Amino acid sequence: MIEVTGITKRYGETVAVDDLSFEVKPGQITGFLGPNGAGKSTTMRMIMGLDMPDAGETKVNGIPYQGLAWPLREVGALLEAKAIHPGRSARNHLWQLAQTNDIPHSRVDEVLDVVGLSSVANKRAGTFSLGMGQRLGIAAALLGDPSVLLFDEPINGLDPEGIRWVRNLLKGLGREGRTVFVSSHLMSEMALTADHLVVIGRGRLIAEMPVAEFIAQSSQQFVRVRTPQANLFKDALSSTGATVVQEEDGALSVSGVSADLIGDIAFEQRLTLHELSPQLASLEEAFMELTQDSVDYRGEGGFSADPALAPTYATADAGTKVSNQ
Amino acid sequence: MTLITTTLPAPEAPHYRPSGVMKSEWTKIRSVRSTTWTILVTVVLTIGIGIIATATEANRWAHSAPLDKLTFDPTNLSLTGILLGQLAIGILGVLAISAEYGTGTIRSSLAAIPNRKMFLAAKAGVFAAVALVVGEIVSFGAFFIGQMLISGGAPHATLAQGGVLRAVAGGGLYLAVLGLLALGLGTIIRHTAGAIAAFVGMLLILPLLTPALPQSFQNAIGKFEPASIGNAMTSTNAASIHGSTVPFSPWVGMAILAGYAAIALAIGGYRMVRRDA
Repeated sequence: MIEVTGITKRYGETVAVDDLSFEVKPGQITGFLGPNGAGKSTTMRMIMGLDMPDAGETKVNGIPYQGLAWPLREVGALLEAKAIHPGRSARNHLWQLAQTNDIPHSRVDEVLDVVGLSSVANKRAGTFSLGMGQRLGIAAALLGDPSVLLFDEPINGLDPEGIRWVRNLLKGLGREGRTVFVSSHLMSEMALTADHLVVIGRGRLIAEMPVAEFIAQSSQQFVRVRTPQANLFKDALSSTGATVVQEEDGALSVSGVSADLIGDIAFEQRLTLHELSPQLASLEEAFMELTQDSVDYRGEGGFSADPALAPTYATADAGTKVSNQ
Repeated sequence: MTLITTTLPAPEAPHYRPSGVMKSEWTKIRSVRSTTWTILVTVVLTIGIGIIATATEANRWAHSAPLDKLTFDPTNLSLTGILLGQLAIGILGVLAISAEYGTGTIRSSLAAIPNRKMFLAAKAGVFAAVALVVGEIVSFGAFFIGQMLISGGAPHATLAQGGVLRAVAGGGLYLAVLGLLALGLGTIIRHTAGAIAAFVGMLLILPLLTPALPQSFQNAIGKFEPASIGNAMTSTNAASIHGSTVPFSPWVGMAILAGYAAIALAIGGYRMVRRDA
């Protein structure tokens, strides 16, 4: 259980985190979403007692981090990739951490095995790839068998096999009843992994809800209509207040009314329908819709240039949104 | 996939504690190559310079002026290398903390040990022990090898003579305390290059600037310099100390040097506790 209550963090004039409150519950994976610079890493560092909030407080299992008796046995964290001394071996890196919290050496070999680094345990970490560094960071997080785990961008630098591995690991940790808090800017990844979402923009809470509800709330849901009588259909639909966009292939994207109503109208007006299909917004689009204001306000829409954020299906509507940023 | 459920043995204490943190610091310091290298350089410089200084004395002795013969201090001569060895041990001290900031491991360290005072105290304690052992080994090593090499009729020193044991053991202590001062500078500055520059500047550049001061200031300021304190500690014979500076007595000087280290560590610790990691 992680509780964040009204935390604010300023760096000079910049407010990185602004009166942010949320809860992360055990037994599920909570995704922590936000555009780059939204304050995700800062928030995680404050939960870990590394950065001090200017206001508000954070608690882990009901206690401020500073008060934990055996921190590594209660909280494990992967905060940044390759925060490892390049001259120290993977085994010694884990062993020096284990010693601070009276964790036996056998556990070091156990977590090395879990993350698949046993064969390079005695190699200097400086020779590791980014992906191996991530695995070592994950091993460090698991070291104390903690009930609360924080992962900041855990799949950065991993290959597809590694991404799948992290996804399964996170799900396994959630199933074991642990509190799992994962930040990512990869919306599609969160759709596959997370049960619950905390979305922030410009350091403020934008949404805190189950993933399914988050997608359902999106205004990006629409119905795809193909018809040989497109113009007549547009007229018929305009009286209902629906928004109709004609796409390049001639199909209509209709939002604001349900597929049922569109079918009824087609029947009443005796219009021919070739396709009538409700389209679910992807998580990326829901996320962009929600965070757009905060991003536009900052004038840094850079995150949308990430190809991983490109819509999973092309619509004229979503297409212009992306290119306009 | 293997999962993670395990039964860790319960810890023996109610709370994380200094002994575990010190074990961790010992693992850290012995598990990186930079430690081996800086210690090796400390040994080579301190003993090597001592060898050169004492071996050449054999040639000079016969032609030395009577006053030089009178003030000749074979102990101090054999410990000449401490002047360079102190740079290497200082780098070891700086790296003990600046490498944590440079690599980002400071975050995992402070997440494991949220009590930052305990963390810094354990780090300083383990470093001091390592530096003291290294310092005493090189100091006694340079002394014994140096005395073997002094020939050509020049007098030798033995540990039984007055002040010699203090000078040799004090040379090692000087290195350890100076290393702690470097650790303090590293904690304040957080960057390896910046902290090494500050340390070297304090040791080598400041003494070059003092001669520009008026004579009366030179002595007043010069005796506070670490190198002057170290030279007083490693001398058995006050008359052997050259230059216009009249230094502090060995133990007063050492107390002042320890004060520098304590102040640097206190400022560094204060910043560590107050500032974000």
